[in-house]
Amino acid sequence: MRTVKPLLGAALLAAALPAFAQTPDPNVARSLAATCSNCHGTGGVSQGETESLAGKPKDELVGKMQDFKTGKKPATIMHQLAKGYTDAQIEQIAGWFAAQKPAGK
Amino acid sequence: MSIQRREFLLAAGAAAAAATLPGCATTGGAAPAGKVVVIGGGYGGATVAKYVRMWSDGKVDVTVVEASAEFVSCPLSNLVLGGSKQIADITVSYDNLVRRHGVKMVHDTAVGVDPEKRTVTLASGRSLPYDRLILSPGIDFIWDQVPGLNNADAQATILHAWKAGPQTVGLRKQLEAMPDGGVYALSIPVAPYRCPPGPYERACQVAWYFKRSKPKSKVLILDGNGDVTSKAGLFKKAWAEEYKGLVEYRPNHVLTDVDVRTQTAKFETQDDVKATVLNVVPPQRAGAIARTAGVITANNRWCEVNFLTFESIKVKNVHVLGDAIQIAPGMPKSGHMANQQAKVCAAAVVALLAGQTPNPAPMLTNTCYSFVTDKDVVHVCSVHQYDNEKKTMVTVPGSGGISPAMSEVEGRYAFGWAKNIWADSLA
Repeated sequence: MRTVKPLLGAALLAAALPAFAQTPDPNVARSLAATCSNCHGTGGVSQGETESLAGKPKDELVGKMQDFKTGKKPATIMHQLAKGYTDAQIEQIAGWFAAQKPAGK
Repeated sequence: MSIQRREFLLAAGAAAAAATLPGCATTGGAAPAGKVVVIGGGYGGATVAKYVRMWSDGKVDVTVVEASAEFVSCPLSNLVLGGSKQIADITVSYDNLVRRHGVKMVHDTAVGVDPEKRTVTLASGRSLPYDRLILSPGIDFIWDQVPGLNNADAQATILHAWKAGPQTVGLRKQLEAMPDGGVYALSIPVAPYRCPPGPYERACQVAWYFKRSKPKSKVLILDGNGDVTSKAGLFKKAWAEEYKGLVEYRPNHVLTDVDVRTQTAKFETQDDVKATVLNVVPPQRAGAIARTAGVITANNRWCEVNFLTFESIKVKNVHVLGDAIQIAPGMPKSGHMANQQAKVCAAAVVALLAGQTPNPAPMLTNTCYSFVTDKDVVHVCSVHQYDNEKKTMVTVPGSGGISPAMSEVEGRYAFGWAKNIWADSLA
């Protein structure tokens, strides 16, 4: 059975890939988004000068991050940090913040 | 294919096969349960406590052991030395961790760890059982490398102020008492040490104070390193322009001893330096409890960890965070980094306690803002990802960088950063 298990796993994974692409593991998105919260607040609700991300439309967040990444949107620091994330990660992070409750709601 | 990878694929496959399930949210395993003990309530310890509670929906019991009644931030503490902030401005209560997140705070000191029985012994004699122990002990000083400072009286005279709190207030008082025309000398240890840009920011803040209140005085930086270890160009520009004539930088000054009575610093190869106020940041290693727990594995100083979980490479069920760990390339010992590591660790611990496989691709960021004046700030930042082949964290190519110049805009962001990271770690 030991030799069968990995093959079975691989076969099922192949079938599972589209499902993964459409509905990413919410914990991975949550954990990626948590890398933003030192500056943007837990759950994207900012306590200070930094912009709140909670409840912002996903497209807006993806667009901003892509503009930081390409340099189209000027920044003090985000152009350097945005380059650390893949397009797929940016999609996941933006999707997670879009689903969070904005401040005071 | 590793065992973990195989289990992950099987779990993923199983989830996909169950077509009614909404995506991969339930990759097998039970709800997380168990006891987590955290030693140290700094940036790493407070954050991991909060996030384990949050991400386990309150199901994992979390106890934090911390001697101090309140959290005092090392970041921004140089502003207290400069006089533009007070210690109260950088002090945060632990109340929200308890009230909002159900974290149990025990104000005590951990003195023993039994990894077999999985218990922690406290100075009070109390014993705490754990399923997972998370050490975020910060740093201790290697006093025997500065023999003259290896006693309590000397340590109360020549201050480090490298752990924010009474030492910060004490050094500020020494600076206030110093006559105009005096020399403030700052000894910096050979890297790695807590907060790479911190000493250079400190030099700027003391110079900012002298420029306004004691313009005939001098800041003398005695660096054990061959050059400024962080944001070198930006700091040197500030010393040459903003603080012209006030700051002198001397590299390659490896401290070997001090004479407490005369406030004199002695070096491996350079001449002695006598100061009016001598401030020694001593060489550092992981906090003492790390040695007790047996997790110091690198150079008799730092703790090596598995970067997927921050579990010690040596002692099972014991995780280590923050300044105490053996860093990956390009990873600073900073409060921001400790907070980031804590979230990777929290996610992994919650997953492990639920019988799940931790995230195989964790990410970390770092942002260090340094105050050049009371308002103008420069930064260094980086993004780190787990490299499955190298089994460590690596900086993402093309990411990260430093400020082009100091600015007030970044000063506002730096205060915003402080508010947010204090809330993210403690509220």
